[in-house]
Amino acid sequence: MLYSEKVMDHFLHPRNVGTIEDADAIGEVGNAKCGDIMKMYLKIKEGTIEDVKFETFGCGSAIASSSMATEMIKGKPLTEALGLTNQAVTEALDGLPAHKLHCSVLAEQAIKAAVKDYYERKGITVDPEVFAALNEDAEAAHAHDPTADDKA
Amino acid sequence: MQIYADNAATTRPSRTALNAMLPLLEEGYGNPSSLYTIGQKAKEALEDARAQVAAAIGAQPGEITFTSGGSEADTQALFTGAALGARKGKKHIISTKFEHHAVLHALEALEKQGYAVTLLDVPENGIVTPEAVAAALRPDTALVSVMYANNEIGTVQPIADIGALCKAKGVLFHTDAVQAVGHLPIDVKAQNIDMLSMSGHKFHGPKGVGALYARRGILLQNVFYGGAQERGKRPGTENVPAIAGMAAALTEAVALLPAAAPKVAALRDRLIKGILAIPHSALNGDAQRRLPGNANFCFEGIEGESLLLLLDARGISASSGSACTSGSLDPSHVLLAIGRPHEVAHGSLRLTIGEDIGEKEIDYIVNAVTEVVAYLRGMSPVWRDLQEGKRSYVIQ
Repeated sequence: MLYSEKVMDHFLHPRNVGTIEDADAIGEVGNAKCGDIMKMYLKIKEGTIEDVKFETFGCGSAIASSSMATEMIKGKPLTEALGLTNQAVTEALDGLPAHKLHCSVLAEQAIKAAVKDYYERKGITVDPEVFAALNEDAEAAHAHDPTADDKA
Repeated sequence: MQIYADNAATTRPSRTALNAMLPLLEEGYGNPSSLYTIGQKAKEALEDARAQVAAAIGAQPGEITFTSGGSEADTQALFTGAALGARKGKKHIISTKFEHHAVLHALEALEKQGYAVTLLDVPENGIVTPEAVAAALRPDTALVSVMYANNEIGTVQPIADIGALCKAKGVLFHTDAVQAVGHLPIDVKAQNIDMLSMSGHKFHGPKGVGALYARRGILLQNVFYGGAQERGKRPGTENVPAIAGMAAALTEAVALLPAAAPKVAALRDRLIKGILAIPHSALNGDAQRRLPGNANFCFEGIEGESLLLLLDARGISASSGSACTSGSLDPSHVLLAIGRPHEVAHGSLRLTIGEDIGEKEIDYIVNAVTEVVAYLRGMSPVWRDLQEGKRSYVIQ
């Protein structure tokens, strides 16, 4: 199989799908041209993520990465959510194929983009270095898989 | 329900093919180059297969060279056409932007060897015109290579017209007919085809075997070197069981074709009608001038790989041209060639059906695709933006 059981579980039964009407923060990353967009909605109370929902346009691993990432930050302080790395998302999914690693990068970026939105709305200034990951090109992680077959 | 709807990728070997192969694997294992009885029996099986394959496309047995499949046949045809042209100082080749990679990558290799290659644009309906080929011809054009039917969108090209044009202009004409052989009637003489590639597993034969038809008088260029098999032009001990299986499958496919093609085309049309009822969906390629079993769609707001995985969970095997299934950054070069933007090319679905299914299965597919597309749109931020007018629909 292309994907681990964990990935298939989160793809077939994604957690926290949807939107939050009165979200305190929204982060969107990716672009349709490259085939994946992730959007995260956060409800924040006293610096803690009370609720999180996502919408994703993308492949199976993009949906699974979004689902897993929301589970990993739900109920956590913002500072902890900011520390979530794409490696941690990948590990929690029992791995992703090499050419799908960018999906976990997008998940990390979507969370950071949402938290950034929250700080901006609240007028809180933070070290821009915290959001450095947002400047990385997730699509650059879209490594071409030399073993992939051309279309029959 | 289990439905195999990816017959353009490969087909289930027919009982006829297996029956032709098994005795050659179990008892008839002799080397066709050996002079004793089981060797000569294998040789007979080989030549019998050659006669069958030739008859299926209106060729002579001596014009058939067995290969390992479509990619090898394409490579050999293109390098042959290039070498023959170069002898006369002609080093220009015409092909199209939506060929299979077996052709496109062989042409890239020829470009590096100093050949000039013109790749024709493909109109939105997926059909290259003879006029477009004529307009690209140059005094130094050695070879024209246009696929018979496209492997993704199934559109059938005006092969006889292009063949007649090439004959009139004295230019060699090759067609990659991997998707067409066994699915459409072919007569290489009437259609003025100089070289034609086919692959056994696309018409219920085994994998790893194909054939190159080259009109008598065309001296093939070797792809690799060895003994005297296939007149020395394709050396190596022949894969007799696979060759016999391919020949048996092809003979059967051609015999069944007059009855099977209209039946499959009617199912295809039912499938197309059902799926186009989904809002903001579109058929890729001409609605009628396409392979009997091919339907290819784009859907706004969703991505193809997740669509395939969810269809697989419902027992349907299908294919997509999204980047995530192609293993590269870009979606299908075929969909881009016919003018589909990246956004919707990622949301494509190819269903290629065979004669083993009926209306009940078609309706099951339509229902499953309709539900899965709606489900994925329900979680897609792109679909939300489209619905809220923040993004424009490509497909109305």
